[in-house]
Formats: sequence, structure tokens, C-alpha cells
Amino acid sequence: MLQKIYDWVDERLDITPMWRDIADHEVPEHVNPAHHFSAFVYCFGGLTFFVTVIQILSGMFLAMYYVPDIVNAYESVYYLQNEVTFGVIVRGMHHWGASLVIVMMFLHTLRVFFTGSYKKPRELNWVVGVLIFFVMLGLGFTGYLLPWDMKAYFATVVGLEIAEAVPVVGTFAKTLLAGGEIIGAQTLTRFYAIHVFFLPGALLGLLGAHFYMIRKQGISGPL
Amino acid sequence: MSEKEHKVSRRQFLTYTLTGVGGFMAAGMLMPMARFALDPALQAGGDTDFIRVTSVDDLTEEPQRFNFTIEQEDAWYTSDVDRVAWVYREGDEIVALSPVCTHLGCTVNWEGNEDYPEQFYCPCHFGRFEKDGTNVPNTPPTRPLDVYEMEIRDGDLYLGRTVQR
Repeated sequence: MLQKIYDWVDERLDITPMWRDIADHEVPEHVNPAHHFSAFVYCFGGLTFFVTVIQILSGMFLAMYYVPDIVNAYESVYYLQNEVTFGVIVRGMHHWGASLVIVMMFLHTLRVFFTGSYKKPRELNWVVGVLIFFVMLGLGFTGYLLPWDMKAYFATVVGLEIAEAVPVVGTFAKTLLAGGEIIGAQTLTRFYAIHVFFLPGALLGLLGAHFYMIRKQGISGPL
Repeated sequence: MSEKEHKVSRRQFLTYTLTGVGGFMAAGMLMPMARFALDPALQAGGDTDFIRVTSVDDLTEEPQRFNFTIEQEDAWYTSDVDRVAWVYREGDEIVALSPVCTHLGCTVNWEGNEDYPEQFYCPCHFGRFEKDGTNVPNTPPTRPLDVYEMEIRDGDLYLGRTVQR
């Protein structure tokens, strides 16, 4: 049945070459843990992406219940975690996954660094990777405020104080990020918009570039 | 059993096991999210309190409009919501009708149109109901007005939730 549907589409759109291009390529021996167990270090990039997919999915579902408003934010988080079936699991996935992304990304960065994979001709991909790193930190920072509890609020207060400490543009940057002088209603809506629209959009673009360059340049050679 | 009688090739076996295990893991990941999203549709409707609306002595043969307030719990938001009932008595029997038109949910009024005395009238699509709530044939509504569940305690009328007839 599935094969028939696939054949029907393939006959009309010739999708097999596209599929080959994306997924059907050999894994070199030196990055295959089946050959050398130590090659598991090459899995961290893929694991980062896997956790990112979980973050996007669980985040989409959390947005069904969450309200980015200072009156209702905490109550809606409390409700979705304690009243909705499996809410504690879905929120838990997003909460722990956020930390796991950073861990996996850090390990991936270490692997790239110690295998020297960032060297010519892959410098650009390192640069894109660093941009992804900053976007991920931004996602972590903006997401941390959303539950609107004491920890969230004061973490953001401290974070914005740090932004304010930047010479010359500091005060401007803080006011822009907080959406005014007060860390309150406008800060929360702003952080929500950045967390669910702006940064994920940037992230998808950067990930696309990251993966395109890997396919174009291939995995770096063995040590 | 000889080698040749194997019906499943090594490649097929690997495909089956890997998609099986992968599918199991994906399901373990997606199932909580799906159940999470389905929750409102699977939640049992809560009980409604009966609210005092009026004294039975105030009821007449003519349907009268009574406003009352219920406490509505909407997920994390609790609020007082106004409700309306059209109540009349016919001998010993008391009838409390919901004002929600059974066509598309607008609000009906008793004698809301001068051309149709002794009827409930809905201004949205000209739906009409008889005094007992029966929908007038050849107007948009397809079933009678809902009625409130009621209780009478110490000569007072208490209304609960509405039920379809």
C-alpha cells in the first residue's frame, strides 16, 4: 500500500533522486560506531538536532495552553502542568530538553574542535555553528522568563542588568529587550514573540545552512 | 530448516526491527504530546451548581426573563458569568427555557418581534419558538429550546445546567 502510494507520487514527481540526495549516502568507516566504538563522538551533532526537534514539537504543544500575559502566565503554566493529562511530561520534555540541547551542542563543539574539523574548507560552517550556539542561548534566555515565577523574573532582571553593563549601548539594549523601563507586561510578550517566532525562524535558517554545507563538503577525514 | 527456506532476508529483518524499535521510540515521544493536546476533548464535564433565581411566587403564566450569575471555571480562569432564563408557570408546572437559539446560538426574546406575539423570536435568522419552546416549523431552528434543570427549595427556584430535549 505504502509502496504503491510512493510509486504513484514518484512516477509523477520523480522524488527518488531528491530522497537519495538527502538521506542515501555512505557513512565513512571512521565516523561509524559499528567499526570503531570511539566514533560515537560523531553522533553529538545529530543528537543536538534530535533534541531540537523534540523542543520544537513539545513547544508547539505547550503553546496550546500557555498565555504570555503577566496575569495569566503562571496560572496557565500551573494548569497545563498539574491539570492537563501528561502536562508534566510535555513540560518536562521542554524543560530538560532545553538543558540537554546545550550539553549536546557543547559536546558536538568539542568533537569538531578536537578533530580539527573546523579547518579549511569548513571555516564557514564553524561560523554558522557559533551563530546557532548564540541563537540557542537566546532561546534559553527568553524561554526562562515565560513561566513568570520568581526564578524566571529575577533571572531576567539579572540578565538584563548584564546587558545594561555593556558600554555605550547598554541602557538602550536593556530598554529595547525589556520593552520599556519596567520588566513586566511588555517584557513577557516580547520574550514570548522572540522565543516562539524570531529565534526559531533564525534557527531553522541557520540549521539549513549548517546541514547544506555538511552535505556539500562531506564529513572531515579521519585523524 | 535449511538456509534457503528463510522467508525473511537479512536486509528485511533489519528493516523490520529498526523501524519497529524506531517507531516504538517515536510513539513514546509523541504519545504524551498527543494526549496532552486531546485533553480538553476527553475531559468529563463538571457538575454545575444550582443557583437561586427567583421566588416561585413571582412566576406568572407569561414567560419572564430572569438573570442570574454562575461561577464559571474556564481552565485557569474563574469568573462570574451572567445567565438568562425565560421562566413561566402553567398550573403547577414550571418551565425554564434557555434563551440560546437552537439554530446557531443567538439569543431569543419573548415577543421579540411585534408580528409574532406569544412566540420567542430570534433576530439573527428569524427563528421562532412557541411558548413551550417548540420550534415553529419552516423557521431555521430544528429542535426546541433547551430547558434548565431545576429544583425548588423553600419556595425558591434554583436552576442548574441546560439539557437538550
